[in-house]
Amino acid sequence: MSTSVPDTEIAIHRAGAQRMGFFTDTSVCIGCKACEVACKQWNDLPADGSQTGKGVSYDHTGDLSASSWRHVRFVELFEPSPQLKEEAQRALDAGAGGKLPAIPAAGAIDLVDAAGPAPDIVDVAEAVRKMGDWVFMSDVCKHCTNSGCLDACPTGALIRTEHQTVVLQPDVCNGCGYCVPACPFGVVDRDPEDGRAGKCTLCYDRLQDGLEPACAKSCPTDSIQFGPHEELVEIASRRVAELHLRGIEGAYLYGAGDEPEDQLAGGLGSFFLLTEPPERYGLPAHADSPVQENVVPATVAAVTAGLLATAGAVLAFTAAGRRARRTPGGAW
Amino acid sequence: MAEAHPVGFRWVMKAKERGARVIHVDPRYGRTSQLADLHVPIRAGTDVAFLGGLIRHVIETESYFKEYVVAYTNASTIVCDAFRDTEDLNGLFSGFDSATGRYDPASWGYEDCAVGFSAGVHEHATQAFREHTGAGMDLRGVRHDDNLQDPRCVFQVLRRHFSRYTPEMVEQICGISREQFMAVADALIANSGRERTGMFCYANGWTQHSGAVQMIRSAAILQLLLGNVGRPGGGIMAMRGHASIQGSTDIPTLYDLLPGYLHMPTTREGHLTLKEYIGVGKADTGWWSHFDAYIVSLLKAWFGEAATEQNDYGFGWLPKLTGNHSHFSTTLRTLDGGVEGMFVMGQNPAVGSQHSGLQRRALAKLKWLVVRDLAEIETATFWRDSPEVQSGELSPEAIQTEVFLMPVASHIEKEGTFTNTQRLVQFRDKALHPPGDARSELWFMHHLTKRVKAHYAGSERKRDWPLVNLKWDYPEHGVVREPDVEAVIKEVNGYDVATNRPVDSFDQLRSDGSTACGCWIYSGIYKDGVNQARRRIPGDISAPGGIVSPEWAWAWPANRRILYNRASADPHGKPWSERKRYVWWDEHEQKWAGYDVPDFPATKRPDYQAPPNARGMDAISGSDPFIMMADGRGWLYSPSGLLDGPLPTYYEPLESPVPNFLYPEVEGNPATIRWRRPENPYHAAGDPRYPVVATTFRLTEHHTAGGMSRTVPWLVELQPEMFAEIDPQLAADRGIDDGGWMTIVTERAEIEARAVVTDRIRPIKVDGQVIHQVALPWHWGYSGLSVGDTANELVALSGDPNVSIQDDKAFTCDVRAGRRRGPSTARLAGVTLSGHHVRPNEDDPSAENPQEASR
Repeated sequence: MSTSVPDTEIAIHRAGAQRMGFFTDTSVCIGCKACEVACKQWNDLPADGSQTGKGVSYDHTGDLSASSWRHVRFVELFEPSPQLKEEAQRALDAGAGGKLPAIPAAGAIDLVDAAGPAPDIVDVAEAVRKMGDWVFMSDVCKHCTNSGCLDACPTGALIRTEHQTVVLQPDVCNGCGYCVPACPFGVVDRDPEDGRAGKCTLCYDRLQDGLEPACAKSCPTDSIQFGPHEELVEIASRRVAELHLRGIEGAYLYGAGDEPEDQLAGGLGSFFLLTEPPERYGLPAHADSPVQENVVPATVAAVTAGLLATAGAVLAFTAAGRRARRTPGGAW
Repeated sequence: MAEAHPVGFRWVMKAKERGARVIHVDPRYGRTSQLADLHVPIRAGTDVAFLGGLIRHVIETESYFKEYVVAYTNASTIVCDAFRDTEDLNGLFSGFDSATGRYDPASWGYEDCAVGFSAGVHEHATQAFREHTGAGMDLRGVRHDDNLQDPRCVFQVLRRHFSRYTPEMVEQICGISREQFMAVADALIANSGRERTGMFCYANGWTQHSGAVQMIRSAAILQLLLGNVGRPGGGIMAMRGHASIQGSTDIPTLYDLLPGYLHMPTTREGHLTLKEYIGVGKADTGWWSHFDAYIVSLLKAWFGEAATEQNDYGFGWLPKLTGNHSHFSTTLRTLDGGVEGMFVMGQNPAVGSQHSGLQRRALAKLKWLVVRDLAEIETATFWRDSPEVQSGELSPEAIQTEVFLMPVASHIEKEGTFTNTQRLVQFRDKALHPPGDARSELWFMHHLTKRVKAHYAGSERKRDWPLVNLKWDYPEHGVVREPDVEAVIKEVNGYDVATNRPVDSFDQLRSDGSTACGCWIYSGIYKDGVNQARRRIPGDISAPGGIVSPEWAWAWPANRRILYNRASADPHGKPWSERKRYVWWDEHEQKWAGYDVPDFPATKRPDYQAPPNARGMDAISGSDPFIMMADGRGWLYSPSGLLDGPLPTYYEPLESPVPNFLYPEVEGNPATIRWRRPENPYHAAGDPRYPVVATTFRLTEHHTAGGMSRTVPWLVELQPEMFAEIDPQLAADRGIDDGGWMTIVTERAEIEARAVVTDRIRPIKVDGQVIHQVALPWHWGYSGLSVGDTANELVALSGDPNVSIQDDKAFTCDVRAGRRRGPSTARLAGVTLSGHHVRPNEDDPSAENPQEASR
């Protein structure tokens, strides 16, 4: 995963600074929205005005915006697929009964062994255990390695900090809005009244004083974890493995641990553990900074176009020259 | 729990990560359900059938923890032969008087056990605690059968009582499939016994029912059978409704209790002298034998030097109860003109109390009303903004109530303690000064009392004695003269009167007037003159027993973290399992030792046998862990203490669309308090106009009646509007669109709400019939940034017989599409008031709450 900063970025460098980020583990999110409130309170952001139906389910925030830098999504998935229903029926017919799935306790294995043979709880078809899913996810700026907003910003308002996070300086921002379409995740936005753009700073000011970001501090279940990026990736990978062991096969990391050709925006500083396909969370399956994504092809295209144009011009003149020479006594 | 206690739920998540199974039983699939391993949808109000089914299953499959049950519960005790069970009498216990709607509990006692208290008329919700604990019971003649075979032993009575609570019956009543029932049963059984323990957590989903106490008792019986009481990771956690409400029952704001769960004296039970009161309350056996020391010390704390043996320590001047003075009785009395003034502090009955339309009409009858709150709540503005004023039914000019709205300090602007549900008392420092005139409760009550005392200073009238002699000398400090909270804590702790030295524990309290104590169960909180509740030392959590963290704040009683922890060791004093060791007998030191303060006399040997005529704590043997009970045992069967039966029985909720399949002849709890007045109409069982079951719930984003949350923009934008959750089939049937308006209707009111059409709330199949349920958050009212209709307007007044709590978790209603057609409580406007009029100083016979059987 690329951690080097392109030379084109305006960046702060400080010796000893590490890449910091978020690991948002949606498998322990309880949808309480403390992160939304803590973020607004710390950053003195205004309420967006109450409107039912901005989002779906219990989500009335709708989107990340210039004044909402954490946003909890609620996805109700309660239609069991025919396939699950079939599996459930097969399991019941086979006499599985209604028992809980085996979830070996990671870290507590020793204790269980000491107690004697583990309780006889038999695996059961997923459909019997869970007739539905209400997925919670606290969305936030991804602080991308290939940062579309930063690449698009013409004023230098968006910069790369020493923690390799992306911060928007409101006093530099001229409200042009180029950053808005450049973000493949729909994070940054302009404030309709103020005109300027705004987004999560990963609590850059709190980091200066060695404090963790407000959302991470307020999260009661440690769904939002903060720390050095490398450490977080390690923790997250182990967590995914643990969940697989427990039968939650669908768990995966979004934005970390991918092969270079599959990386989202070069790898996300703020990445997630998800259990459903990304589209269910309103996230793109593939994403990159439009500027960087298109730099090589655009360059190739531009250079090719240039070469073709030059070739065309040269041909035009040389062809004209040959025609002129064929005409006796003709003028040049 | 994730919705209402998100921070506390952190610990459930940690437990889950360590391998705990989490099961969530609830009518709707909420945020907790998502994090649980299993969600069990249940028809609202049918929990006794479900728990009874589990009890039956545990008994029939012999999955109970046998040694624990025989040694530590009253399973072996023989019951009086006059006792008749609900199985004998088609749904009633022996002793029911259908004329009064009350039980005479005389036949419920143990065999040949002189009851010791007068079996007679008992007011609802003024239960003397002695009946809870069996104080006054003479246990000398009581027989046991340790083989649990005698047909009249508690175990066999229990077995027979729950014999028809089969999985099929559970499915029929609750709508819970056999597969789900077995999943829960298997998980419970697998995680109980010697090596493992399981815990129940409940909140208002169990408390706010017409048979609430019995519902919770069902869980207690189950936990006793499984051996889960008094052991780490076991027990029953009552998740309370707001911060520190545990403290408000410990040092109570409840009308029927004195501090430390002593009972308020009444005029009827021979409580007019201290001697009589002690005679009635003091137990012959068990820990309540020290009762006299607690009441005398309390009186010394209140009246100081003026309290002497000669004047009964001032006992005669304590107010005495004349009946049920609970919230709803008082509301109705107010409606009838019998209450002149009221203080409402940190409460919002105009929205938060049931039948809120009636509550507001009652407020309009007051002469004066003092409201203390952070915001201009509905209770303070009813005279100007209520639906009744908006509709023109009442007018500000006609309402005579003078309202004083006093600003308060928030919880960070004052210092004091919070008491959590696990009895942990945590003191908090003040972080900043409150603005302007905002003051803490301590300041307000202290200075108000000072002014009242000044007004009556020097009075010779007998009736002014308590005010003149109230000991009220707390030091004050600072510009606003805030009373010294540590002086209050010291008084609550208790002190030796002569030396002023704080006592170490309630062991040092005396009945001779030499000690004073504001709340005996909190004794020890100021041990050595140190504010123990302010400590925040977690200790080494990873060390054996480290999770107890005894130096983190302070728990009552005596800093014990798990009550009845003697039960974590077997009758010989050896832990049931090494893995779950908690408290044990140290043979070498000849005392009890362990990770927690042992809840047992320190040096009582496990093999101590109580002599036949022993009294007090000598009557408790070395293997009787439940020392607060007269027989030292956990009560599977309650021979005394409850007004609606010694065992929980399934009854339908007060309002229900279906009959009682277990006992067709008794629909609802026969002893439930019903206030039959024209203003308080109930739906008959199966009323076809109201076929939908309604329940209420809370959101994480809002808090109780909304005064603290619907005034905060950041919270309002998270949940902007009142809504109701409804399943897609019912919505389609009524033409209700997701996000559109719907109206919910009962005989009391109709309210409008946004419809949230979701599969998370599912119809239940009850005996082949489809019953729909709707779920309503109850946070909305007419004041604040976000206003909306109030769910509590729909609910009638009723009371669990033991504690008077209302039934708002399972009532019936109907729903229709569209906004409401008129004012929400217009149906009350047309109702003639029942004609009850009571003068303020007059006894109100209706306080007797005449009962009718629910036939």
